[in-house]
Amino acid sequence: MARITAGLATSHVPAIGAALDLGKTQDDYWKPVFAGYDWAKAWVKDEKPDVVILVYNDHASAFSLELIPTFAIGCAESFAPADEGFGPRPVPVVEGHPDLAWHIAQSTILDEFDMTIVNKMDVDHGLTVPLSLVFGQPDAWPVKVIPIAVNVVQYPPPTGNRCWKLGEAIARAVESFPEDLNVQIWGTGGMSHQLQGPRAGLINREFDIAFLDKLTADPDALRAMQHVEYLRESGSEGIELVMWLIMAGALGKGAQELHRFYHVPASNTAVGHIVLRPPQT
Amino acid sequence: MSEPEDLLDIPGTTVFTAAQSRRGFHLNQFCMSLMKAPNREAFKADERAYLNQWPMTEEQKQAVIDRDYNRMLGLGGNIYFLAKIFATDGKSFQYAASLMTGMSQEDYVAMMIAGGRSPDGVRSIKNGN
Repeated sequence: MARITAGLATSHVPAIGAALDLGKTQDDYWKPVFAGYDWAKAWVKDEKPDVVILVYNDHASAFSLELIPTFAIGCAESFAPADEGFGPRPVPVVEGHPDLAWHIAQSTILDEFDMTIVNKMDVDHGLTVPLSLVFGQPDAWPVKVIPIAVNVVQYPPPTGNRCWKLGEAIARAVESFPEDLNVQIWGTGGMSHQLQGPRAGLINREFDIAFLDKLTADPDALRAMQHVEYLRESGSEGIELVMWLIMAGALGKGAQELHRFYHVPASNTAVGHIVLRPPQT
Repeated sequence: MSEPEDLLDIPGTTVFTAAQSRRGFHLNQFCMSLMKAPNREAFKADERAYLNQWPMTEEQKQAVIDRDYNRMLGLGGNIYFLAKIFATDGKSFQYAASLMTGMSQEDYVAMMIAGGRSPDGVRSIKNGN
């Protein structure tokens, strides 16, 4: 039987990918950012997940304004790195897990979530930067990846509560998959950042730390938080934090924090990272 | 389609609402076209001619030519789409962000290293906090 053994969340800043691809990881500016992932890099080697369900947002790469799915699941055999305007990142092609992905799609749709099924798409830095942060620069990614893309670009994104419930539905889907698989769920994006307009560069350390605390201590408070509060407090792109609630919902209440990292800045953003274990039953 | 009022109350911030999305549809679709290398070359070779292929307003085209990102945001551009323009120019997100704040990139970077822009005073226009 497949099981979700851990949840991980991280920012997915494009400049982190560029720093890695250009060999700048030991520069004074970037060193503390990459050092924040040493723990997870060592940890994941022992955990050996078979599949990562990776919740991220597309940044006008696979989806333009022609089609805006609120929740989309990648069911393809593989996903190529997207050309975001400066050529694709030099990272391996992402191998999917179509059997489990289709199973999750079927299960969540029958569980009353309207998932968009995607059989062909390129994946941008939102998906590849978290893989790089945790797995480094291998010739091939050591896990299969099921991309779940969430609209946080066009208002309105899904509510935090809806995200949490989707996480619960994903957990039910995984538990009902007959193959013996070690599955992790990752939520990506977020921590305070604003990339646009005269207020660009907004960082709210207090808000970010409180969010990290509440993921385990008081997830109901996060489920109830309104979009406008994220926008005011953590910046216009801080709204990406709702995607962390899909990860947290899949683990359920009572999750245990194994590790966290917080750093300012990486380019325009705070970097947040947390690793959680589902409650022991 | 009414706009949620509180989304218009955040200082220096343009939320990508339905009205913004409708206003900026062709501007943003032009940006998407820059994901292909041959299109980037065609745009760089003759910006005006390339922009004329899109049913954008003159104001939108001029804002692109001027690289006036705040103006583009006001005309319905979304930052993730507009990023294709400065990527085509070989410029970073940090460069674009500093431009939109009216700061030099040097000052902007120094602000970020010092912990970023404080949320105090820029949460709400109405409440002035």
